[in-house]
Amino acid sequence: MIELNWDWTFVWQVLPMILSAAKVTLLATFLGSLLAICVGLIFALLRRGSSKTVRVTVYWLMEFIRSTPLLVQIFFLYYVMPEFGLSMSPLMTGVIALGVHYGAYLSEVFRSGIEGVDKGQWEASRALNLTSFDTYKDIILPQAIRPMIPATGNYIIAMFKETPQLSAITLLEMLQVAKIIGSENFRYLEPFTLVGILYLVFSVLAAYGIHQIEKRFPKEGFSLK
Amino acid sequence: MEFGEIVSVLLQGAIVTIKIVAMALPLAAFMAFTFGLVRLYAPAPFKQLSILYIEFFRGTSALIQLYWIYFVLPFFGLSIDAMTAGVIALGLNIGAYGTEVVRGAIQAVPKGQYEASVALNFTSSQRLLRIILPQALVNMIPPFGNLAIELVKATSLVSLITIADLTFKAKSLADMTLQVGEIFVVVLVLYFAMAQCLSLFFRYLEKRLSRGLGRGGMN
Amino acid sequence: MSQPIIEFKNVQKRFGDTTIFDDFSFKVEENEIVSIIGPSGSGKSTLLRILMTLEGIDGGYINVAGESLWHMLWNDRYVPASNKHLHKMREQLGMVFQHFNLFPHMTVKRNITEAPMRVKGLSRQDAEESAEALLELVGLADKAESYPNDLSGGQKQRVGIARALAMRPAILLLDEITSALDPELVDEVLDVIRNLAKEQSFTMLLVTHEMYFAREISDRVCFFDKGKIVEEGVPEDIFSAPREERTQAFLNAYLGQ
Repeated sequence: MIELNWDWTFVWQVLPMILSAAKVTLLATFLGSLLAICVGLIFALLRRGSSKTVRVTVYWLMEFIRSTPLLVQIFFLYYVMPEFGLSMSPLMTGVIALGVHYGAYLSEVFRSGIEGVDKGQWEASRALNLTSFDTYKDIILPQAIRPMIPATGNYIIAMFKETPQLSAITLLEMLQVAKIIGSENFRYLEPFTLVGILYLVFSVLAAYGIHQIEKRFPKEGFSLK
Repeated sequence: MEFGEIVSVLLQGAIVTIKIVAMALPLAAFMAFTFGLVRLYAPAPFKQLSILYIEFFRGTSALIQLYWIYFVLPFFGLSIDAMTAGVIALGLNIGAYGTEVVRGAIQAVPKGQYEASVALNFTSSQRLLRIILPQALVNMIPPFGNLAIELVKATSLVSLITIADLTFKAKSLADMTLQVGEIFVVVLVLYFAMAQCLSLFFRYLEKRLSRGLGRGGMN
Repeated sequence: MSQPIIEFKNVQKRFGDTTIFDDFSFKVEENEIVSIIGPSGSGKSTLLRILMTLEGIDGGYINVAGESLWHMLWNDRYVPASNKHLHKMREQLGMVFQHFNLFPHMTVKRNITEAPMRVKGLSRQDAEESAEALLELVGLADKAESYPNDLSGGQKQRVGIARALAMRPAILLLDEITSALDPELVDEVLDVIRNLAKEQSFTMLLVTHEMYFAREISDRVCFFDKGKIVEEGVPEDIFSAPREERTQAFLNAYLGQ
């Protein structure tokens, strides 16, 4: 048995490497969230569309995406896409996997957010002869956004916490870097613990940030210029 | 490789996945109830211990927890095999989310139920076991069902610590053969089937348990 | 003169910054039926909830059947009551709630038998016999196997009464038991209480907005306002010739006299 103590020298030595990998983690989360919001919105609108076939197909597609593992979806993109001549970088693959996976979750949030807007708003828009595009853009979405912020934020934090899975396709994010450091130095304690702490810190900060956004967000919604 | 062969290899992996779920699920339920109840009813130091557990396992990532248990613990002289590490990490992780389900469901039982049980002079353990928990349990079933599906999904992580589960088999087949499309479609369908089975089971459970509560069943 | 079965002495009760009772004193004799009327927020329900040990007190003493409710003697000093003491004291008390608070996961019969069996240790047979008799009394003998959510509000409340009676309390607390009911269901519940008052000797303390019922059933009516008893007396006096202005105003508003 090796007597293992916390080694501060080692910590200071590896911290810069892990922090620089944090940039990759954060970039993947950021791009993933943007994609997830777009995918989520599109799915949500499709599920409210007029075609029943589309609604049912989208429902089962989302159900499928949500109930299969992200890691397998990552592998799927990584192995299968090149078969179709689509070779993507690990970051790109990761961002798409995260975006689609969490887009499926977000669509449910968006859908209930949109349905939460008072029915009278639809009726008023119809009475004013607005197109349904304008109704969504100017009337419904601006009012629906505030109540969606907490759940959306929680899913983005959840996505952030799943980014370590991108190490499986060799993306040099925090956990992968920590693992490499660990195997080179035969010391896993400090690198893995540091990564754990960083995740905790980022999650807490993000939760605080989301709370602030929600608080500052105008209660009556906003209008797009 | 023939399609039948691929499926049979993948099915072997699926059995391993089911085994892990079967072991981690009771652990998660145990943690959820223990720490959920401690968080609600125990004296301060225990409550804080429970909050620490919950925040730690929810605030960091499942894969990091798995690596920590698998790679770091051996250096403390706690050598555990990959399977045990996987079951413990997943059980503790999902269990931490479960505590909030237990807590929320108990708090959602109307206050009048507690008051009636005081007025009828039940002891505090009778109040919890006979009045509050039976009603809270029904509220817990749907979120527990979702967590069970999250657990199935999370088992794929153990493939990264060399356990030959469904994901691991898929990846090694994909590295060996060129039929990656077929392999991953079968794998995704298998995971989906497991999730749907769990989902059906929990819905059935909810129906059974909500008898008389006016949520489905009799009404 | 016999000792009162309920006695409040200089009781204080606050919720945060709001004072409900300040130096509140009050007595109920054994077998007396007392109605408490008054505007909402006057502390009527709090009085019952304190007696049922659902709320603590911030000062003063309360005696129930000659024993202190919220305190107990320990080394010749009064100290706050332990759970064990409260458990013993609750044996004297039963309560019927405004919102029934029936246990939705149990049949009507189980609602009534559960506490006698678990708390008083009655055999299942004894508890069920007594439950059947009580259901007969409240006119719901045919609903023993139903679940509460399949009953009307009036039926639920009658089960609530049967459930409280099953514990054979010396004192029955009725907290606005018809306030949550549709008007046409009020009478079936009040009839049960009328019969109880006639046939059995009980101490009953009821908070109610049913003025005619209070007048008919009570030995004494107390008009409450802002945590104080503004006026009390036999129903005739309170309803026909109230002395205090506030009582008059309240009754006028309520009865449209």
